[in-house]
Amino acid sequence: MQNQTVAYDSKVEGEVIVTQADAVINWIRKHSVWPMPMGLACCAIELMAAGGSRFDISRFGMEVMRFSPRQADCMIVAGTVTYKMAEVVRRIYEQMAEPKWVVAMGACASTGGMYRSYATLQGVDRIVPVDVYVSGCPPRPEALLDAMIKLQDKIGRESSVKNLTARKAIGAESAPALAGAGKER
Amino acid sequence: MASEELALLQGRFGYLTERPSADHLAVNCPAENLIEFCTALRDEFDYDLLLDVTAVDWDAASPRFTGIYHFLSTSKHEYLRVAADCADDIHPSLPSLSGLFPAANWHERETFDLMGIHYEGHPNLRRILMWDDYPYHPLRKEFPLAGIETPLPAADVAEQTKASVLPAPMMGGPFVSSGDGPMSQTEPRARDESWTEQREKPTD
Repeated sequence: MQNQTVAYDSKVEGEVIVTQADAVINWIRKHSVWPMPMGLACCAIELMAAGGSRFDISRFGMEVMRFSPRQADCMIVAGTVTYKMAEVVRRIYEQMAEPKWVVAMGACASTGGMYRSYATLQGVDRIVPVDVYVSGCPPRPEALLDAMIKLQDKIGRESSVKNLTARKAIGAESAPALAGAGKER
Repeated sequence: MASEELALLQGRFGYLTERPSADHLAVNCPAENLIEFCTALRDEFDYDLLLDVTAVDWDAASPRFTGIYHFLSTSKHEYLRVAADCADDIHPSLPSLSGLFPAANWHERETFDLMGIHYEGHPNLRRILMWDDYPYHPLRKEFPLAGIETPLPAADVAEQTKASVLPAPMMGGPFVSSGDGPMSQTEPRARDESWTEQREKPTD
Protein backbone atom coordinates (compact mmCIF):
# COMPACT_ATOMS: atom_id res chain seq x y z
CA MET A 1 0.00 0.00 0.00
CA GLN A 2 1.71 3.09 -1.22
CA ASN A 3 -1.12 5.42 -0.35
CA GLN A 4 -2.35 5.29 3.23
CA THR A 5 -4.82 8.15 2.98
CA VAL A 6 -8.56 7.50 3.41
CA ALA A 7 -9.61 10.39 1.19
CA TYR A 8 -11.06 10.01 -2.28
CA ASP A 9 -8.66 8.30 -4.63
CA SER A 10 -9.57 8.23 -8.31
CA LYS A 11 -7.19 5.31 -8.96
CA VAL A 12 -9.06 3.15 -6.50
CA GLU A 13 -12.64 4.35 -6.76
CA GLY A 14 -12.83 5.56 -10.34
CA GLU A 15 -15.00 8.57 -11.17
CA VAL A 16 -17.45 7.97 -8.38
CA ILE A 17 -18.14 10.26 -5.44
CA VAL A 18 -20.10 8.96 -2.49
CA THR A 19 -22.25 11.54 -0.74
CA GLN A 20 -25.74 12.10 0.65
CA ALA A 21 -28.74 12.85 -1.55
CA ASP A 22 -29.56 15.93 0.53
CA ALA A 23 -26.10 17.36 0.01
CA VAL A 24 -26.27 16.94 -3.76
CA ILE A 25 -29.80 18.24 -4.14
CA ASN A 26 -29.17 21.24 -1.94
CA TRP A 27 -25.87 21.98 -3.65
CA ILE A 28 -27.60 22.08 -7.01
CA ARG A 29 -30.52 24.12 -5.76
CA LYS A 30 -28.62 26.74 -3.85
CA HIS A 31 -26.22 27.56 -6.64
CA SER A 32 -28.90 28.26 -9.21
CA VAL A 33 -31.54 30.30 -7.44
CA TRP A 34 -33.72 31.95 -10.04
CA PRO A 35 -35.32 34.97 -8.40
CA MET A 36 -38.58 36.53 -9.43
CA PRO A 37 -38.61 40.26 -8.71
CA MET A 38 -41.97 41.14 -7.14
CA GLY A 39 -41.13 44.84 -7.34
CA LEU A 40 -43.90 46.91 -5.74
CA ALA A 41 -42.20 50.10 -4.56
CA CYS A 42 -38.85 51.81 -4.11
CA CYS A 43 -37.16 48.60 -2.87
CA ALA A 44 -37.39 47.41 -6.46
CA ILE A 45 -34.96 50.16 -7.45
CA GLU A 46 -32.39 48.77 -5.02
CA LEU A 47 -33.18 45.31 -6.33
CA MET A 48 -32.33 46.52 -9.82
CA ALA A 49 -29.10 48.02 -8.49
CA ALA A 50 -28.24 44.64 -6.99
CA GLY A 51 -28.59 43.18 -10.46
CA GLY A 52 -26.45 45.92 -12.01
CA SER A 53 -22.73 45.79 -12.61
CA ARG A 54 -21.66 47.68 -9.49
CA PHE A 55 -23.14 45.14 -7.08
CA ASP A 56 -23.42 42.25 -9.48
CA ILE A 57 -25.70 39.60 -8.01
CA SER A 58 -24.33 37.09 -10.54
CA ARG A 59 -21.19 36.67 -8.43
CA PHE A 60 -23.32 34.50 -6.17
CA GLY A 61 -25.13 32.48 -8.81
CA MET A 62 -28.62 34.01 -8.73
CA GLU A 63 -28.62 36.52 -11.54
CA VAL A 64 -31.24 34.83 -13.73
CA MET A 65 -34.17 37.08 -12.86
CA ARG A 66 -37.33 35.73 -14.41
CA PHE A 67 -40.52 37.72 -14.67
CA SER A 68 -42.61 34.60 -15.00
CA PRO A 69 -43.40 32.68 -11.81
CA ARG A 70 -43.23 29.41 -13.76
CA GLN A 71 -39.53 29.90 -14.36
CA ALA A 72 -38.53 31.16 -10.93
CA ASP A 73 -38.04 29.58 -7.54
CA CYS A 74 -37.40 32.55 -5.26
CA MET A 75 -39.84 35.42 -4.97
CA ILE A 76 -38.23 38.66 -3.80
CA VAL A 77 -41.08 40.79 -2.46
CA ALA A 78 -39.59 44.25 -2.82
CA GLY A 79 -41.97 46.93 -1.62
CA THR A 80 -45.25 47.79 0.02
CA VAL A 81 -47.92 45.12 -0.30
CA THR A 82 -51.41 46.60 -0.22
CA TYR A 83 -54.43 44.46 0.61
CA LYS A 84 -55.53 44.84 -2.99
CA MET A 85 -52.16 43.52 -4.18
CA ALA A 86 -51.99 40.74 -1.57
CA GLU A 87 -54.22 38.55 -3.68
CA VAL A 88 -51.91 38.94 -6.67
CA VAL A 89 -48.79 38.21 -4.62
CA ARG A 90 -50.38 35.05 -3.25
CA ARG A 91 -51.52 33.86 -6.68
CA ILE A 92 -48.11 34.44 -8.24
CA TYR A 93 -46.52 32.60 -5.32
CA GLU A 94 -48.81 29.65 -5.94
CA GLN A 95 -47.92 29.63 -9.62
CA MET A 96 -44.25 29.11 -8.82
CA ALA A 97 -43.05 25.53 -9.07
CA GLU A 98 -41.74 23.88 -5.93
CA PRO A 99 -39.30 24.07 -4.27
CA LYS A 100 -39.74 27.80 -3.77
CA TRP A 101 -38.55 30.43 -1.37
CA VAL A 102 -39.59 33.95 -0.45
CA VAL A 103 -37.43 36.91 0.55
CA ALA A 104 -39.22 39.86 2.18
CA MET A 105 -37.11 42.82 1.15
CA GLY A 106 -37.37 45.98 3.22
CA ALA A 107 -39.47 47.22 6.10
CA CYS A 108 -42.76 47.32 4.17
CA ALA A 109 -42.67 43.75 2.90
CA SER A 110 -41.49 42.49 6.29
CA THR A 111 -43.87 44.36 8.61
CA GLY A 112 -45.86 46.97 6.71
CA GLY A 113 -43.12 49.46 7.61
CA MET A 114 -44.18 53.06 7.90
CA TYR A 115 -47.57 52.28 6.36
CA ARG A 116 -49.64 51.51 9.41
CA SER A 117 -52.86 52.14 7.58
CA TYR A 118 -56.12 50.68 6.40
CA ALA A 119 -54.72 49.88 2.95
CA THR A 120 -51.45 48.07 3.70
CA LEU A 121 -50.84 44.44 4.54
CA GLN A 122 -48.80 44.42 7.75
CA GLY A 123 -46.11 42.04 6.55
CA VAL A 124 -46.13 39.73 3.57
CA ASP A 125 -45.66 36.75 5.91
CA ARG A 126 -49.40 36.90 6.58
CA ILE A 127 -50.07 35.48 3.13
CA VAL A 128 -46.89 33.65 2.05
CA PRO A 129 -44.22 31.80 4.07
CA VAL A 130 -41.14 34.04 4.22
CA ASP A 131 -37.64 32.56 4.45
CA VAL A 132 -35.47 35.64 4.85
CA TYR A 133 -36.37 39.15 5.99
CA VAL A 134 -34.20 42.12 5.01
CA SER A 135 -34.31 45.26 7.14
CA GLY A 136 -33.90 48.72 5.68
CA CYS A 137 -36.03 51.36 4.03
CA PRO A 138 -35.01 50.57 1.37
CA PRO A 139 -32.19 48.10 2.08
CA ARG A 140 -28.91 48.70 0.27
CA PRO A 141 -28.03 46.19 -2.45
CA GLU A 142 -25.37 44.71 -0.16
CA ALA A 143 -28.09 43.89 2.34
CA LEU A 144 -30.06 42.07 -0.32
CA LEU A 145 -26.97 40.16 -1.41
CA ASP A 146 -26.36 39.19 2.21
CA ALA A 147 -29.96 38.01 2.49
CA MET A 148 -29.62 35.93 -0.66
CA ILE A 149 -26.42 34.34 0.66
CA LYS A 150 -28.27 33.59 3.91
CA LEU A 151 -31.02 32.02 1.83
CA GLN A 152 -28.42 29.86 0.10
CA ASP A 153 -27.17 28.72 3.52
CA LYS A 154 -30.73 27.94 4.48
CA ILE A 155 -31.32 25.94 1.31
CA GLY A 156 -28.11 24.07 2.09
CA ARG A 157 -29.55 22.93 5.42
CA GLU A 158 -32.90 21.70 4.12
CA SER A 159 -33.92 18.04 4.38
CA SER A 160 -34.78 17.90 0.72
CA VAL A 161 -35.30 14.15 0.38
CA LYS A 162 -37.61 14.02 3.38
CA ASN A 163 -39.55 17.02 2.07
CA LEU A 164 -39.87 15.43 -1.36
CA THR A 165 -41.35 12.22 0.04
CA ALA A 166 -43.58 14.13 2.46
CA ARG A 167 -44.88 16.26 -0.38
CA LYS A 168 -45.64 13.18 -2.42
CA ALA A 169 -47.66 11.77 0.46
CA ILE A 170 -49.63 15.01 0.83
CA GLY A 171 -50.32 15.17 -2.89
CA ALA A 172 -51.59 11.59 -2.92
CA GLU A 173 -54.39 12.02 -0.41
CA SER A 174 -55.66 15.55 -0.93
CA ALA A 175 -55.73 18.12 -3.71
CA PRO A 176 -53.41 21.15 -3.40
CA ALA A 177 -52.76 21.70 0.27
CA LEU A 178 -51.37 25.01 1.44
CA ALA A 179 -48.46 25.72 -0.89
CA GLY A 180 -45.17 25.43 0.93
CA ALA A 181 -46.56 22.91 3.40
CA GLY A 182 -43.86 20.37 2.67
CA LYS A 183 -41.18 22.94 3.26
CA GLU A 184 -39.48 23.14 6.60
CA ARG A 185 -39.90 26.56 8.13
CA MET B 1 -55.85 91.14 -10.13
CA ALA B 2 -57.81 88.55 -8.20
CA SER B 3 -60.52 91.06 -7.22
CA GLU B 4 -60.92 92.15 -10.86
CA GLU B 5 -61.32 88.56 -11.90
CA LEU B 6 -63.84 87.98 -9.12
CA ALA B 7 -65.88 91.02 -10.17
CA LEU B 8 -65.82 89.79 -13.75
CA LEU B 9 -67.00 86.33 -12.79
CA GLN B 10 -69.65 87.58 -10.36
CA GLY B 11 -70.96 90.04 -12.95
CA ARG B 12 -71.54 87.14 -15.29
CA PHE B 13 -72.71 84.56 -12.72
CA GLY B 14 -74.79 86.11 -9.94
CA TYR B 15 -74.79 82.97 -7.80
CA LEU B 16 -71.03 83.00 -7.11
CA THR B 17 -69.79 84.06 -3.70
CA GLU B 18 -66.21 84.74 -2.69
CA ARG B 19 -64.59 82.05 -0.60
CA PRO B 20 -61.95 82.87 2.04
CA SER B 21 -58.57 81.86 0.62
CA ALA B 22 -54.97 82.17 1.78
CA ASP B 23 -53.49 81.94 -1.69
CA HIS B 24 -55.34 82.45 -4.96
CA LEU B 25 -58.90 83.33 -5.92
CA ALA B 26 -61.59 80.97 -4.67
CA VAL B 27 -65.34 80.99 -5.26
CA ASN B 28 -68.36 79.07 -3.99
CA CYS B 29 -70.65 77.76 -6.67
CA PRO B 30 -73.98 75.98 -6.11
CA ALA B 31 -73.86 72.36 -7.26
CA GLU B 32 -76.72 72.78 -9.72
CA ASN B 33 -74.82 75.55 -11.59
CA LEU B 34 -71.46 73.79 -11.56
CA ILE B 35 -71.56 72.43 -15.11
CA GLU B 36 -72.66 75.75 -16.57
CA PHE B 37 -70.04 77.68 -14.64
CA CYS B 38 -67.16 75.29 -15.43
CA THR B 39 -68.09 75.20 -19.12
CA ALA B 40 -67.84 78.98 -19.19
CA LEU B 41 -64.57 78.87 -17.25
CA ARG B 42 -63.08 76.59 -19.84
CA ASP B 43 -64.49 78.17 -22.98
CA GLU B 44 -64.67 81.88 -22.13
CA PHE B 45 -62.34 82.55 -19.21
CA ASP B 46 -59.40 80.43 -20.41
CA TYR B 47 -59.21 78.18 -17.35
CA ASP B 48 -58.21 75.32 -19.60
CA LEU B 49 -56.52 72.95 -17.16
CA LEU B 50 -58.28 71.07 -14.38
CA LEU B 51 -55.54 70.38 -11.86
CA ASP B 52 -57.33 68.66 -9.02
CA VAL B 53 -60.68 67.35 -7.89
CA THR B 54 -61.07 66.59 -4.22
CA ALA B 55 -63.53 67.04 -1.37
CA VAL B 56 -63.71 68.12 2.26
CA ASP B 57 -65.55 66.31 5.03
CA TRP B 58 -66.74 68.89 7.58
CA ASP B 59 -67.73 66.15 10.07
CA ALA B 60 -70.71 67.30 12.14
CA ALA B 61 -71.45 70.45 10.14
CA SER B 62 -74.10 70.64 7.45
CA PRO B 63 -73.61 70.62 4.51
CA ARG B 64 -71.11 67.94 5.42
CA PHE B 65 -69.29 67.50 2.09
CA THR B 66 -67.79 70.13 -0.17
CA GLY B 67 -66.38 69.27 -3.56
CA ILE B 68 -63.23 71.23 -4.48
CA TYR B 69 -61.93 71.91 -8.00
CA HIS B 70 -58.62 73.55 -8.85
CA PHE B 71 -58.27 75.20 -12.24
CA LEU B 72 -55.25 76.75 -13.94
CA SER B 73 -55.31 79.13 -16.86
CA THR B 74 -52.24 78.38 -18.93
CA SER B 75 -52.58 81.67 -20.81
CA LYS B 76 -53.30 83.99 -17.85
CA HIS B 77 -51.10 81.98 -15.44
CA GLU B 78 -53.74 82.17 -12.74
CA TYR B 79 -55.25 79.60 -10.46
CA LEU B 80 -58.88 79.40 -9.45
CA ARG B 81 -60.47 77.24 -6.79
CA VAL B 82 -64.15 76.36 -7.07
CA ALA B 83 -66.05 74.86 -4.16
CA ALA B 84 -69.48 73.26 -4.37
CA ASP B 85 -71.45 72.02 -1.35
CA CYS B 86 -73.29 68.71 -1.53
CA ALA B 87 -76.89 69.15 -0.53
CA ASP B 88 -77.37 65.66 0.89
CA ASP B 89 -75.22 64.74 3.91
CA ILE B 90 -76.03 61.01 3.79
CA HIS B 91 -75.73 60.38 0.04
CA PRO B 92 -73.61 63.29 -1.21
CA SER B 93 -73.56 63.84 -4.94
CA LEU B 94 -72.23 66.35 -7.44
CA PRO B 95 -72.47 66.64 -11.24
CA SER B 96 -69.55 65.03 -13.03
CA LEU B 97 -67.08 67.22 -14.91
CA SER B 98 -65.67 64.31 -16.88
CA GLY B 99 -67.57 65.45 -19.98
CA LEU B 100 -65.80 68.82 -19.84
CA PHE B 101 -62.33 67.82 -18.67
CA PRO B 102 -61.05 64.28 -19.28
CA ALA B 103 -58.78 64.83 -16.26
CA ALA B 104 -61.85 64.76 -14.03
CA ASN B 105 -62.50 61.10 -14.80
CA TRP B 106 -59.94 59.48 -12.51
CA HIS B 107 -59.96 62.32 -9.98
CA GLU B 108 -63.68 61.84 -9.48
CA ARG B 109 -63.25 58.09 -9.16
CA GLU B 110 -60.66 58.70 -6.45
CA THR B 111 -62.91 61.14 -4.60
CA PHE B 112 -65.78 58.69 -4.89
CA ASP B 113 -63.56 55.89 -3.58
CA LEU B 114 -62.16 57.73 -0.57
CA MET B 115 -64.95 60.20 0.26
CA GLY B 116 -68.05 58.50 -1.11
CA ILE B 117 -69.28 61.37 -3.26
CA HIS B 118 -71.34 60.22 -6.23
CA TYR B 119 -70.59 62.09 -9.45
CA GLU B 120 -73.71 62.02 -11.54
CA GLY B 121 -73.12 61.44 -15.23
CA HIS B 122 -69.70 59.88 -14.72
CA PRO B 123 -69.12 57.22 -17.39
CA ASN B 124 -67.35 54.73 -15.12
CA LEU B 125 -67.80 55.53 -11.45
CA ARG B 126 -65.96 52.61 -9.82
CA ARG B 127 -63.42 52.56 -7.02
CA ILE B 128 -59.93 53.32 -8.24
CA LEU B 129 -57.69 52.61 -5.24
CA MET B 130 -59.52 50.27 -2.87
CA TRP B 131 -61.03 47.06 -4.20
CA ASP B 132 -64.53 47.04 -5.65
CA ASP B 133 -66.50 45.58 -2.74
CA TYR B 134 -64.67 47.45 0.03
CA PRO B 135 -67.46 48.64 2.32
CA TYR B 136 -66.06 51.97 3.58
CA HIS B 137 -64.84 55.33 2.34
CA PRO B 138 -61.53 55.70 4.18
CA LEU B 139 -61.00 59.46 4.11
CA ARG B 140 -64.27 60.24 5.84
CA LYS B 141 -63.94 61.65 9.33
CA GLU B 142 -65.58 58.72 11.07
CA PHE B 143 -63.15 56.21 9.54
CA PRO B 144 -60.15 55.39 11.77
CA LEU B 145 -56.73 55.66 10.11
CA ALA B 146 -55.86 52.19 11.39
CA GLY B 147 -58.70 50.69 9.39
CA ILE B 148 -61.62 48.42 10.17
CA GLU B 149 -61.54 44.63 10.07
CA THR B 150 -62.87 43.36 6.73
CA PRO B 151 -62.38 40.17 4.74
CA LEU B 152 -59.61 40.08 2.13
CA PRO B 153 -60.79 40.89 -1.41
CA ALA B 154 -60.17 37.34 -2.66
CA ALA B 155 -62.21 34.77 -0.76
CA ASP B 156 -60.08 31.77 -1.75
CA VAL B 157 -56.84 33.47 -0.68
CA ALA B 158 -58.46 34.51 2.59
CA GLU B 159 -59.61 30.96 3.21
CA GLN B 160 -56.19 29.49 2.47
CA THR B 161 -54.09 31.96 4.39
CA LYS B 162 -56.56 32.84 7.16
CA ALA B 163 -55.59 36.45 6.58
CA SER B 164 -57.97 39.39 6.70
CA VAL B 165 -57.80 43.17 6.63
CA LEU B 166 -56.87 44.04 10.22
CA PRO B 167 -56.67 47.43 11.91
CA ALA B 168 -53.05 48.61 12.13
CA PRO B 169 -52.93 51.18 14.94
CA MET B 170 -50.08 53.69 14.94
CA MET B 171 -49.49 53.09 18.65
CA GLY B 172 -46.23 51.20 19.08
CA GLY B 173 -45.31 51.76 15.45
CA PRO B 174 -42.04 53.12 14.16
CA PHE B 175 -43.11 56.74 13.68
CA VAL B 176 -44.83 57.50 16.96
CA SER B 177 -43.28 59.97 19.39
CA SER B 178 -43.57 59.54 23.14
CA GLY B 179 -45.77 62.60 23.23
CA ASP B 180 -44.43 64.39 26.32
CA GLY B 181 -42.11 67.36 25.92
CA PRO B 182 -41.31 69.53 22.92
CA MET B 183 -41.46 67.92 19.50
CA SER B 184 -37.77 68.55 18.81
CA GLN B 185 -36.91 66.18 21.65
CA THR B 186 -39.63 63.58 21.41
CA GLU B 187 -39.44 63.05 17.67
CA PRO B 188 -38.59 59.42 16.94
CA ARG B 189 -35.00 59.30 15.71
CA ALA B 190 -31.70 57.57 16.35
CA ARG B 191 -29.52 58.86 19.20
CA ASP B 192 -26.94 61.39 18.03
CA GLU B 193 -23.58 59.68 18.30
CA SER B 194 -21.54 61.90 16.02
CA TRP B 195 -18.39 63.58 17.32
CA THR B 196 -16.82 66.90 16.38
CA GLU B 197 -14.07 69.22 17.59
CA GLN B 198 -16.35 70.32 20.41
CA ARG B 199 -17.49 66.85 21.31
CA GLU B 200 -14.94 64.12 21.78
CA LYS B 201 -15.16 60.69 20.33
CA PRO B 202 -16.41 58.23 22.93
CA THR B 203 -13.58 55.97 24.02
CA ASP B 204 -15.33 52.81 25.15
